[in-house]
Amino acid sequence: MWFFNSPEVVFGEDALSYLDEIEGRRALIVTDENMVRLDFVDRVIGHLREAGIETRVFAEVEPDPSLETVKRGAQAALAYEPDWIVGLGGGSCMDAAKAVWVLYERPDLQPDEISPIETLGLRQKARLIAIPTTSGTGAEATWAIVLTDTEGQCKLGLGSRENVADIAIVDPVFAAELPPQLTADTGMDALTHAVEGYTCTWRNDFSDGLCLKAIELVFDHLPRAYEKGDREAREKMHNAACIAGLGFGNAMAALAHSVGHSLGAVFHVPHGRAVGLFLPYTIEFVVRGGRTHYAEIARFLGLPAESEEEGAASLASAIRGLLKRLGQPTTIGELGISSAEFEAGLTKLVENAENDSCAVTSSRIPSAEEFERLYRYAFEGRAVDF
Amino acid sequence: MDFLSDEWIKALCQELNQSEAYAQAAKNWEGDFYFVVEPEGEMKETVIFYVDLWHGECRGARLIGDEKEKEPVFRMSAPLSAWRKVVEKKLDPIQGLMTRQLKLKGNMSMIMRNVKAAQELVNCCTLVPTEFPGE
Repeated sequence: MWFFNSPEVVFGEDALSYLDEIEGRRALIVTDENMVRLDFVDRVIGHLREAGIETRVFAEVEPDPSLETVKRGAQAALAYEPDWIVGLGGGSCMDAAKAVWVLYERPDLQPDEISPIETLGLRQKARLIAIPTTSGTGAEATWAIVLTDTEGQCKLGLGSRENVADIAIVDPVFAAELPPQLTADTGMDALTHAVEGYTCTWRNDFSDGLCLKAIELVFDHLPRAYEKGDREAREKMHNAACIAGLGFGNAMAALAHSVGHSLGAVFHVPHGRAVGLFLPYTIEFVVRGGRTHYAEIARFLGLPAESEEEGAASLASAIRGLLKRLGQPTTIGELGISSAEFEAGLTKLVENAENDSCAVTSSRIPSAEEFERLYRYAFEGRAVDF
Repeated sequence: MDFLSDEWIKALCQELNQSEAYAQAAKNWEGDFYFVVEPEGEMKETVIFYVDLWHGECRGARLIGDEKEKEPVFRMSAPLSAWRKVVEKKLDPIQGLMTRQLKLKGNMSMIMRNVKAAQELVNCCTLVPTEFPGE
């Protein structure tokens, strides 16, 4: 038994004007200060005003939002009593919005109690609109909520199928001016979602096609979005991120996410940069463990894939090529982490990665020793041979 | 050995204590369990296993007659067929929880922070020679 969950996805040029038609009284916009500065918040407020909806803004979301931030957001919601929560921004803002919404509906819960085993009984007070402004996380289409436990120096994978947004507005206008670095980071996040969604142990017939399409869109359009920033490429990447979100969100992520989450928590590396860096290494590791599906992806992309091993090698090589074209680091060393810093953090890196929920859905699960070797190979930039 | 027996849960406890992988993966784990097997088919009565897991060690395990006897931190329950899928590694326990084929009382986030320990526990289950009712 498994499920397929999806918001109503409104996409393409002028998708934002869909807000003019929604019915409601008050909306709390959960976002960050950048979104305010870029006037994105004002655009959303303008459309909500057209619909006769009052607004209040909670713009305190930080990158990798903490448990404390979402508690403050929930307090703001409880004080304002909105009937819509709007998550506007990148993955951090949308994840924070999901958590704020749950805690507003269920003030009896602690953030780390938001789990699939609870019947949350949402949508008694409000519904959720997610509006991505980057093209990567796919958080507008997934139920996952990633929050940071600042005390424990780790990320918590939370969420419930109930907290999938009601509406996702995928309007390329928000990605039109994405800076190249952010385009690359978030684009690699989308690619990692799609590759891992297609190859994890929870893959399924409903998610596979979405993942393959997203992979194709990323390879076809990310370089152009990064190098030239042209409109069509950006729109395709915006769509790719949401499609990848639907794909992996209804399957799971896997090993690149577990090692990437841990790197992000210990060394504060942006999520997409971290998981993208690890993706080729984890492909090389996982394919040595038995039945995988990398050759299917490689064949879909027209890469050499006579055997599973050749397909995996082609795919890893194509991803490393893409990373280089995007000016992305391909080793931990290139992230500016010194050897001494790396060695000091290695035990924590391994401990976090082993206990990340994405580790268990890898079709080959590393032992602690193998996790350590994976990190060492990624630090040095050696292709994985174990 | 019979899955629904005291002998079986004690054998699992022994496997856990012999497993280096479990000891390592569960080194931070603190929390005892009720594993509740709900009746199905030829099975007529609920069977409750109590397992005391502490920092990578199984400090004790036994069949419980009365659920009120203990107040464990976690209570995981499912029909016999679902437990069988878990023990035979046909159902990932985390996926089982997410689809509510397995029901949990207790803090799920504690389990999600220790997924490797859960996986090693299942690996140990597969090492116990097991006969299910009706076999």
